[in-house]
Amino acid sequence: MDILSNLADGFAVALTWQNLGLALIGCFLGTIMGALPGLGPSNGVAILIPLAFTLGLPATPALILLTSVYYGAMYGGRISSILLNIPGDEPALMTTLDGYPMTKKGQAGEALALSGVASFVGAFFATWGLVFLAPLLVNVALLFGPAEYFALFTLAFATLGGIAARNQAKALIAAALGLGVAMIGVDHQTGVPRLTFGNIHFYDGIHFLIAIVGLFAISEVLLFLEHQKGEAPEAGQTKLGRITAPFSMLAKTAATMARSTVIGFVSGVLPGAGASLGSFVSYTIEKRLKDKDKTFGTGDPRGVAAPEAGNNAAAGGALVPMLALGVPGSGTTAVLLAMLMALNITPGPLLFTQQPEVVWGLIAALFIGNIMLLLLNVPMVSIFVRVLQVPTKYLMPAVAMISFVGIYGLSGSTFDLLVMIVFGVAGYLLRKLDVPLVPVILGILLGNEMEKNLRRALTISDGDLSILWGSPIAIGIWILAILGFIAPLLFGRFVRRKRAEVKAAP
Amino acid sequence: MSDRILGSTCLVLALLYIYFALQTPVGFVSDPMGPKAFPVGIGVVLAIGAVYTLLKPDPEPVWPRLGRFGEIVFAVVVMVAYTYALPEFGFVVSTSVAAGLLSWRLGAGPLAAAVAGIGIAVAIFVIFRLVLGLSLAVGPWGF
Repeated sequence: MDILSNLADGFAVALTWQNLGLALIGCFLGTIMGALPGLGPSNGVAILIPLAFTLGLPATPALILLTSVYYGAMYGGRISSILLNIPGDEPALMTTLDGYPMTKKGQAGEALALSGVASFVGAFFATWGLVFLAPLLVNVALLFGPAEYFALFTLAFATLGGIAARNQAKALIAAALGLGVAMIGVDHQTGVPRLTFGNIHFYDGIHFLIAIVGLFAISEVLLFLEHQKGEAPEAGQTKLGRITAPFSMLAKTAATMARSTVIGFVSGVLPGAGASLGSFVSYTIEKRLKDKDKTFGTGDPRGVAAPEAGNNAAAGGALVPMLALGVPGSGTTAVLLAMLMALNITPGPLLFTQQPEVVWGLIAALFIGNIMLLLLNVPMVSIFVRVLQVPTKYLMPAVAMISFVGIYGLSGSTFDLLVMIVFGVAGYLLRKLDVPLVPVILGILLGNEMEKNLRRALTISDGDLSILWGSPIAIGIWILAILGFIAPLLFGRFVRRKRAEVKAAP
Repeated sequence: MSDRILGSTCLVLALLYIYFALQTPVGFVSDPMGPKAFPVGIGVVLAIGAVYTLLKPDPEPVWPRLGRFGEIVFAVVVMVAYTYALPEFGFVVSTSVAAGLLSWRLGAGPLAAAVAGIGIAVAIFVIFRLVLGLSLAVGPWGF
């Protein structure tokens, strides 16, 4: 087995004391970030990228640190869902439905332990899925030319805009804004400055990390200022009880976890869907299949296991298109892509052939991180519960200042800090107006690659546009892109209405 | 109303964007597509989204009351002032003041906020500068 020997090499890369230490730190920080309401995985990873970058960590350790944060945040989101009925991050929304009722029944400890195990099952098997599916996708991707890549980028925008957005027109605006920002700077092919307004600072373009940290972290701080509630949510009085799940409960939910893992993984692999959809679909299907006694929503353990296995499996699944094609499937993987680009690693088929140690080291680190997370999250969950009690009035200023430190560390330029604040304000306004931020980020990240591939394709065909749909693969991708953008118009309404009901219910 | 403003702003932005993209100087050597076409295309996409939003706006979002809005403006002013203060007064002093002010506006009492500001600044300095060796802004006093 070629794959297994690659994986063994990956473990050889990942199993150094430094990498294990970084994985542990990443898992710990990630769980905290996931658990704190308002500081989701995208924010957490976004703030840490410039830091990991300026600390001068080599590629593999930096990747291990940040993917551990990513997986950790997926685990952590459930804690405040279960204890406080406040989802720590968006994918954990569905966990509130049965997790909080379990807390009210005095089963908080069981719910935390069960969801920890479910998260582990989802993430662990999804990582195996990644091991086997990514190389297959790489083989397909090796057939891609510039025209196919251009179509693929369009597909990413179409599905992200179609599924993630409530309003297609706003997704269009978001993507165009992001792409527009990416165009600023010297044109790579002809060397002429574009849209720089003669400002030398803009000749290199706007660094995507500045935009990302501004859009996510700074806008989050501004959003918090809207509500003067800087107190920590009241978690103190909840009795945790023993934090173990009885074996009978695990046995009863085993089938649920298995189903949800598969569903979550598939929704994660689909571009644009990500972990939120994974947990939503897993919960809905489980309810459809098993809710004969109407126990879902009243603290049914299966209702806790399903969304947690689902969202963690989707987090693993979302790494498949990101690593194999270089096209992220969700907001957080878009941020992870930014990190790879900051480290000068271009994900995609070439990464697997040219730098296999990076890919397989990363995958091995995911396995290690998972086991660490299970160990951290089941016996030591009470530590994280205490972190939840840090009031936001002290937390948010620290987040803002760490963002400044990270961006300042990139170049030592205060001009960059001003640009970051501009993006923060823009991010705040866009969020209020319901314009999704993920297509903006994706546009900033992929804009230059997208243009480069389009221009390369047209150079090959000497300006003949028909090369863009000149191969069966390209036609297939275009059809998927159109479907991805239009289909949610038809049946996406259903999903959204359901979600709105869920949000309105508590 | 908000969406109509968004739509019209984006429309103006799109037209300006297309205009400036067309101003891009092109040298003698260029590929068939050239450096202008893609930005112009982006402008067109932006304009399409903008017109649709202008004509079919979503329900009004919940904007904060004027007072809260003032808080946000204040926070932005603090952050901008912070970037200018960094090279003048160094990292620790600027950060203490900025973090303290933000913490105060998020609801901490004046004394608690001051302590929090200094605490955050010193903690970041110790962790990132002394332990991890990151370069932070250096003021006249070297910290």
